[in-house]
Amino acid sequence: MSDMTEEALTAEDVAFEGADEFFDPYALSYETTEGTVYTVSGGDWDSIEAPDEGQKERIVVNMGPQHPSTHGVLRLILELEGETVTETRCGIGYLHTGIEKNMEFRTWTQGVTFATRMDYLTPFYNEAAYCLAVEKLLDVTDEIPERASVIRVLMMELNRISSHLVALATGGMELGALTAMTFGFRERELVLDIFEMVTGLRMNSAFIRPGGVAQDITDDQVQRIRETLPLLKKRMKDTADLLVDNAIWMGRTVGIGYLDLAGCMALGVTGPILRSTGLPHDLRKVQPYCGYENYEFDVATADTCDVYGRFLIRIQEMHESMKIVEQALDRLQPGPVMIEDKRVGWPARLSIGSDGQGNSPEHIKAIMTESMEALIHHFKLVTEGFSVPAGQVYAAVESPRGELGVHLVSDGGTRPYRAHFRDPSFNNLQSTAAMCDGSMVSDVVAAVASIDPVMGGVDR
Amino acid sequence: MSDDQTPVTPAEAGIEVAAHTTSMAERPELEIVGVRHGAFSAVDGGDTSGFGGLVAPIVMPGPTLPPYGDWFDDAAEELALALADRGIPMESAVEKVVVYRGEITFFVRRENLLTFVGTLRDEPALRFEMCMGVNGVHYPGDAGRELHAVYPFLSITHNRRVRVEVTCPDADPHIPSITSVYPANDWHERETYDFFGIIFDGHPSLTRIEMPDDWPGHPQRKDYPLGGIPVEYKGAEVPPPDQRRSYT
Repeated sequence: MSDMTEEALTAEDVAFEGADEFFDPYALSYETTEGTVYTVSGGDWDSIEAPDEGQKERIVVNMGPQHPSTHGVLRLILELEGETVTETRCGIGYLHTGIEKNMEFRTWTQGVTFATRMDYLTPFYNEAAYCLAVEKLLDVTDEIPERASVIRVLMMELNRISSHLVALATGGMELGALTAMTFGFRERELVLDIFEMVTGLRMNSAFIRPGGVAQDITDDQVQRIRETLPLLKKRMKDTADLLVDNAIWMGRTVGIGYLDLAGCMALGVTGPILRSTGLPHDLRKVQPYCGYENYEFDVATADTCDVYGRFLIRIQEMHESMKIVEQALDRLQPGPVMIEDKRVGWPARLSIGSDGQGNSPEHIKAIMTESMEALIHHFKLVTEGFSVPAGQVYAAVESPRGELGVHLVSDGGTRPYRAHFRDPSFNNLQSTAAMCDGSMVSDVVAAVASIDPVMGGVDR
Repeated sequence: MSDDQTPVTPAEAGIEVAAHTTSMAERPELEIVGVRHGAFSAVDGGDTSGFGGLVAPIVMPGPTLPPYGDWFDDAAEELALALADRGIPMESAVEKVVVYRGEITFFVRRENLLTFVGTLRDEPALRFEMCMGVNGVHYPGDAGRELHAVYPFLSITHNRRVRVEVTCPDADPHIPSITSVYPANDWHERETYDFFGIIFDGHPSLTRIEMPDDWPGHPQRKDYPLGGIPVEYKGAEVPPPDQRRSYT
């Protein structure tokens, strides 16, 4: 790469006339097998004259990876004819951090810390999918305490609200509805405050663990969640009212980014995009996990197959999630939040200290002064971790973006032999070309916003 | 702590696959895919357990003989009939079937993969409309079958999942691409090629997707280190963290 740049820096290589006075090292031209390629930057269009008369003009525009409306470091390579997009390609990999490789070098419990960082808008779904897979491998799915499952559902559904709020916020911002952005992020803050109160962290909380959850949720916290919900509900309605019948918003989204059922099936697309074709496919209903069969909620669908339909689905899903959150709060019964099996259950017990969080004095006293074996066991489980029988499983949850699948392979040891995440954003981004080819450049922004990709999950 | 931590084949480690001379003639053989040293499954750090000298085979769940239970038997029967219609007997296409933790895995020979997944998608009794991608797994100790490609399938019609596993030797890492049947696998196959070096024949543009185009090696393989890769930035080379300074 550096060789090419150095060669190109000489003025002889600059093909157009008057190159000396317009010399710009960032706007060069060079010969390729397909003819002269000009790199255009800034306002130097006038200095380029059509050099190859009769040859078809191809304009390739790189949108991203630093473009604000591409949802993070997504690079869209658009081939244009005027304002019309003739070919779309995605360039990804800018946020690849090797999470799956890293997990092979940490214990099964430590894997949660990595999983939570993938799709950073839906940390609880990443954790839940991973933990469900580990529990399936351990064959302890039925032994997870009821209270732990309810807390998982509670956190996941709150997370769905916060994730959809960001989808609306960023989507609105990209289409010029800036108030939707300020509203969306303001409301999300309410949810993040709940996360911080329950787990200690706003994001990347590593709260759901194999066997249960990291710590219990107190009655005080439940009360504060209940107090937050009415305000959140009211403000969610404000955001929806801002856009649902908004003529400009509808003009930008209705009929845009069309992808029908056959297209979704072929491209493996799940989540709101699939449901916008009218198919009520939701893993919470058809393949329930964490006790979702006990909650009453509806699967939101639309039949428009477009960006507007996906927007309406997200609005409705937030209200459905709100219903599930309220049911989960009602279902909370006292009980353990970690599996009874001492070979798997995390030994540490936490309690609220003066700083709001801390180790349980009773547990410390028990292992430090009363039982040598308990201390050894605690040490072994925390440093070495538990062994998981050899084999492979696939577990999937319905994340706000679609099916989040985990393929876990164990070799019988204390670390995953292979962990692979089928992230919905990664798969759904493949449909960009199907949605955008033939549309205007401005519609690409709307279509990508309706896919709602999170590059942390795409690249992992 | 064992000095030799590199993965070896079971035979090199002196582990013999126990010959089953029991009266159960049909008892499946053990699926040994590798060897683990010590009590920790770590190969990089210190094994503080005191059991570093342990050598244990890695045994994956072995083949399941019918009946498989649940809906698996019906599906397998339909599959066998449909495959026979397409001129491939089930016995030659499928090496073995593994039922584990309520999930069924068909180990399919790579030359029959395209017909097999086409059957999964098109047969009305099966109707696996969606392929949820492909994932590679590297078993350096599984001689002749080092690289595995694992495909999860979902049938929305019947609300079922199956898994298809295909193996190929490291020396000939070729598996037919199924993008002609399931276009969704385009990026997934590119990812698996990127991370494992499995070449999916027939893929429209099998290029790296996560790593840079000129990256040497395939990072998810077991012989590829975690870290320790020098990073080049603007012509200068940044050595890996463990080699930047000597603490001897």
